[in-house]
Amino acid sequence: MSEALKHTPLYDEHVALGGKIVPFAGYALPVQYPTGITAEHHAVRGAAGLFDVSHMGEFVIRGGDALALVQHLTVNDASRLEVGQCQYSAMCREDGGIIDDLVVYRFPEHYMLVVNGARRDVDWAWVREHATAFDVEVEDRSDALALLALQGPVAQRVLAPLTDVDLNALGYYRFAEGTVAGVDGVVSRTGYTGEDGFELYLPVGGAVAVWRALLEQGRDEGLLPAGLGARDTLRLEMGYALYGNDLDEEHTPLEGRLGWVVKLDKGDFVGREALARQKEQGVSRRLVGLQLTERGFPRPHYPIVHEGADVGEVTSGTVSPTLGHGIAMGYVPADLGAAGTALGIRVRDRVLAAEVVRPPFYTGGSIRR
Amino acid sequence: MSDIPEGLHYTAEHEYLKPAEEDGVFLVGITDYAQGELGDIVFLELPSVGASFNRMDVFGTVEAVKAVSDLYCPVAGEVVAVNQALEDDPSLVNSDPYGMGWMIKLRATEPDPTSGLMDAAAYADHIGE
Repeated sequence: MSEALKHTPLYDEHVALGGKIVPFAGYALPVQYPTGITAEHHAVRGAAGLFDVSHMGEFVIRGGDALALVQHLTVNDASRLEVGQCQYSAMCREDGGIIDDLVVYRFPEHYMLVVNGARRDVDWAWVREHATAFDVEVEDRSDALALLALQGPVAQRVLAPLTDVDLNALGYYRFAEGTVAGVDGVVSRTGYTGEDGFELYLPVGGAVAVWRALLEQGRDEGLLPAGLGARDTLRLEMGYALYGNDLDEEHTPLEGRLGWVVKLDKGDFVGREALARQKEQGVSRRLVGLQLTERGFPRPHYPIVHEGADVGEVTSGTVSPTLGHGIAMGYVPADLGAAGTALGIRVRDRVLAAEVVRPPFYTGGSIRR
Repeated sequence: MSDIPEGLHYTAEHEYLKPAEEDGVFLVGITDYAQGELGDIVFLELPSVGASFNRMDVFGTVEAVKAVSDLYCPVAGEVVAVNQALEDDPSLVNSDPYGMGWMIKLRATEPDPTSGLMDAAAYADHIGE
């Protein structure tokens, strides 16, 4: 058996709220509260939801070569970041396989990489190994930081009375240091739901106070605590990839719908040569969005079918709570990746009709660009 | 604690068999415990009237947000009715599993339909409550 599950600083809060606890990324986290995934999903689309995502990892890089190391390790161009700005990116192997997708934060004196919880150990080993050639200090702050995600169209109204950060001045993918409910932390206008919202990086000792203050402040606004189940349906409606489902070391960012974050002209970085070659030659398979055109529930590993032959498999799938029909992502041969292509998804003994669509599946979100 | 009514008969797979008005006819659905474990139910695949099943045959599937689960027929029988209301509102299985959330009505084709099934106390033990 695997080692005991870790607890986030909010574990007791989840249990007290009746959260159904499941293992995720080595942590015991709530998949849902008694309200259920559907209600939590709709709360985020219509009002707000509060997620504990403290399983995410945070690495700090400081020193004279901090930017140079970030540039070396990640595929996006971190030199374009202003202080107080963050950027979606990825780390790749030399062969272009994705080690992780992540967000790079530029602070006045350092950079922070926010990585997936399930990849933290792999990522940290990778970062440390590459850091030796640079004049930097690297620090894994994951165990010292809690991360809350407050997401939904009323998120700003809920957060504003509790923080000294000027939220009106905080644009999408911008962040500021400040206090929330009296706790010093970082307020970042980012998220994984397609709704406006914030991610709050907090010292673990302050997490419970902020969690409770936000739930209290949001009660009359329709805020619900929300679990991993809703996080997954929300991100999938947006076509946001989940590492371990849709992204892995066997696929490159160019195959995985992340070509837009790969900046081949920024200078050398790990994986550049392989990605440049793949871009020139063209990808042989790509991650696509699929929409079921008949009733059914696509789930990971269900085969994707074209003219009777298996051509791939579903990497993520659900019935969209907002749209009411099945949506999925999966890798297919590149020549079957054009929007409108008719494919099928095999669900047990039947093949359900599906069509390639360009995500996001849901376009009505309150996200600010 | 989940609701486990007396007078019903239960399978280890969390279906219930509930005697209907007529002798030898039963309503079949899933228990309160099962719906709680599955979470929000999105839709069901149920058989048509006239279909026949042996005991513990799969008679349908329930698709919840978290997982898909097979439905096992507690007793050999023929389907005499299907709950059409679940087509429009599968969440009835979540909100009222033993009432509005019934799935199929069966006419048993075996002489002792409830033998081998658990009563409420045994089922409570089975799920550890």
